[in-house]
Amino acid sequence: MDALVPLFDALLGALLLWLAWQSIFAADLFRAVVSFMIFGLLMALAWVRLEAPDIALAEAAIGAGVTGALLLSALGRLPRERYAEAAQHILSHSYWLLFWAPVVLLAWFLWSLEAAPPSPPGLGEMVAIHQPAAGVDNPVTAVLLAFRALDTLLEIGVLLLGSLAIWSLGPSPWSTGPAMPSPALPAMARALFPAFVLVSVYLLWRGSHAPGGAFPAGAVMGAGGVLMLLAGARPWLTGGEQGPWRWLLTLGLGTMLVVASVTQFAGYVFFQYPSDWSGRLITLLELAAGLSIALLLFALYLGGQPPVRWRDRGWQ
Amino acid sequence: MTFYLLLATALFLMALYGVFASRHLLRRILALNVMSTAVFLWLVTVARAAPGLDPVPHAMVLTGIVVTVSTTAVAVVLVVRLRASHRRHDLP
Repeated sequence: MDALVPLFDALLGALLLWLAWQSIFAADLFRAVVSFMIFGLLMALAWVRLEAPDIALAEAAIGAGVTGALLLSALGRLPRERYAEAAQHILSHSYWLLFWAPVVLLAWFLWSLEAAPPSPPGLGEMVAIHQPAAGVDNPVTAVLLAFRALDTLLEIGVLLLGSLAIWSLGPSPWSTGPAMPSPALPAMARALFPAFVLVSVYLLWRGSHAPGGAFPAGAVMGAGGVLMLLAGARPWLTGGEQGPWRWLLTLGLGTMLVVASVTQFAGYVFFQYPSDWSGRLITLLELAAGLSIALLLFALYLGGQPPVRWRDRGWQ
Repeated sequence: MTFYLLLATALFLMALYGVFASRHLLRRILALNVMSTAVFLWLVTVARAAPGLDPVPHAMVLTGIVVTVSTTAVAVVLVVRLRASHRRHDLP
């Protein structure tokens, strides 16, 4: 059994390199995007191999799923280029030396670093000591929402900022819907959507004691929303100023800020939870963040401000 | 784990070349994504040298993945808008 592990590593590494090469240098852009999506899925395998199941879940849902959907929909809106033009690279041969000299230097530096790896002290021990105080069993969730909750707050802030930037670029080009929806897609999407909801709720519930949590849950839910949109459903999310959607988009960030401020006024440090309430507060924050992340990823996919009222689709 | 460090280095260098050498902006976005994945791989692999499982780099990488998808979304929308308004998909 142990003899198979290096073989698996070598096969995985070779496939990852080949797919990365395809996604950067393939002549056809569609082929490049699909290669990138498969690259994300295989990276999830690599994360499992490196004993990082939380990252594997996030990579499969966000890296391969949501990013792939984004790139494919962008590709659909760009006119198809001639292959020769799309594959053109702009570095002429005289610049290669300028590029490759630092690259070789960097490679040598990384190689020497690898030969004598810096012995990392690691924070695993400290996390293990303080984890009972956090009130959750999964160390990654404890780090994300208790020890380094400020990072997570800023991360959701980045997501919100991204969708704000996209909304400010103009109306969503999606208001017309797919030109030729497959007749099987709406029925299949209707059948699959409950499974998406179930999986994301399960991941959210699991996050407190096992790999899972708000980010994979939100990503799965957002991907379900994208599937429904592609199947021709009219999304609930609208750009109206009076609707609840702007509040729901900011729900994650808002709840985190409220919790952080309230604990500060109650005599604790900013974002320090009272130890009796820690587990419950983390569950509350995960719920709010998961819902917000799902909607934010969906808003990112829309590629612009959604209209105040979605028009009816032809297939209905 | 040496193998995964070498893999991360190779992916990073390949993507770095792609970012500089590609003309099509969507290709550059793809290369940037591959590059960030290589950095994450490097980070988690190095963290495994520590005794025991270190969850802090895992949390950092999770944060990084979400930030990457946000920047990718904004960049992709900018490319689509650039194409619609200026009829081009590369930088002058």
